[in-house]
Amino acid sequence: MKFGVITFPGSNCDYDAFRAVTDVLGEEATYLWHKDHDLQGSDVIILPGGFSYGDYLRAGAIARFSPIMQEVAAHAKAGGPVIGICNGFQIACEAGLLPGALMRNAHLQFVSAEIRVRVENADTMFTNLYEHAEILRIPIAHGDGRYVAPPEVLHELESEGRVVFRYVDASGAVTADANPNGSEQNIAGIVSAGGNVLGLMPHPERACSPLLGSSDGVRLLESILTRVAA
Amino acid sequence: MSKFRIAVHITPRKGLLDPQGNAVKGALQTLGFKAVKDVHVGRYIIVEADAHDAIAAEEAVTDMCNKLLANPVTEDFEIESAVPS
Repeated sequence: MKFGVITFPGSNCDYDAFRAVTDVLGEEATYLWHKDHDLQGSDVIILPGGFSYGDYLRAGAIARFSPIMQEVAAHAKAGGPVIGICNGFQIACEAGLLPGALMRNAHLQFVSAEIRVRVENADTMFTNLYEHAEILRIPIAHGDGRYVAPPEVLHELESEGRVVFRYVDASGAVTADANPNGSEQNIAGIVSAGGNVLGLMPHPERACSPLLGSSDGVRLLESILTRVAA
Repeated sequence: MSKFRIAVHITPRKGLLDPQGNAVKGALQTLGFKAVKDVHVGRYIIVEADAHDAIAAEEAVTDMCNKLLANPVTEDFEIESAVPS
């Protein structure tokens, strides 16, 4: 399976994502330049973390208009898997691939820390190798990660099982203290209505080896392999 | 076609948590400005553009706000009258 990792000016996790795919999964990966108009036959697209276009105007607002995003939108519309990680999540929201938006952290500070998320839906193409309610240790690193959406959208996400990851404490409880950025309902990751676009603030590609402190992110990528192969 | 200058105020949507505004409010109150009840921090954008008339210029900037300058989920915008520049 071929993963296409998009590099925007200011992306800084593209290399990590590339290595997670090639070294950990043993699958093929290719870098896709933001000015290109070709996904080069990629089966899965990764919008990586970073500070595309310096976060000018709003995080993700300008990257959304990069030429390659037209192809990414078409890929997503056709049911192709897309993962937006951190800045990639912000870009996916700005591009309308996912509902809602990511705003400045409630406490105004940049947070770089390992946090815990609970798997809220283990029946998506990105989470089928996790257990329901399993607690994962994955790092976050962001200043604009507070997920917000209108009440009716939040209701829709919750009722359709599209909240995939939620910030929790060590015991798995959803608490205000476990919420690192003030996200509505502790939301850390969501999927699109079609289930093929995942956006999340935590960095699974940085939790891919015991050397990195956690391997909990590996099964996210492996889940896609099982689903697409099946 | 003439050149116009159109200014836009973009503010956090009412009712949404505005941590920047709250931080500035706290600082002002600490400074002794006890009358301060609320503060909101937004952006001020100035667009210079060619248009047939002021109305057309304002319409164009409204379109720009809807498509890029403001986030429809989290922000409100207000356009000032276009002035020849």
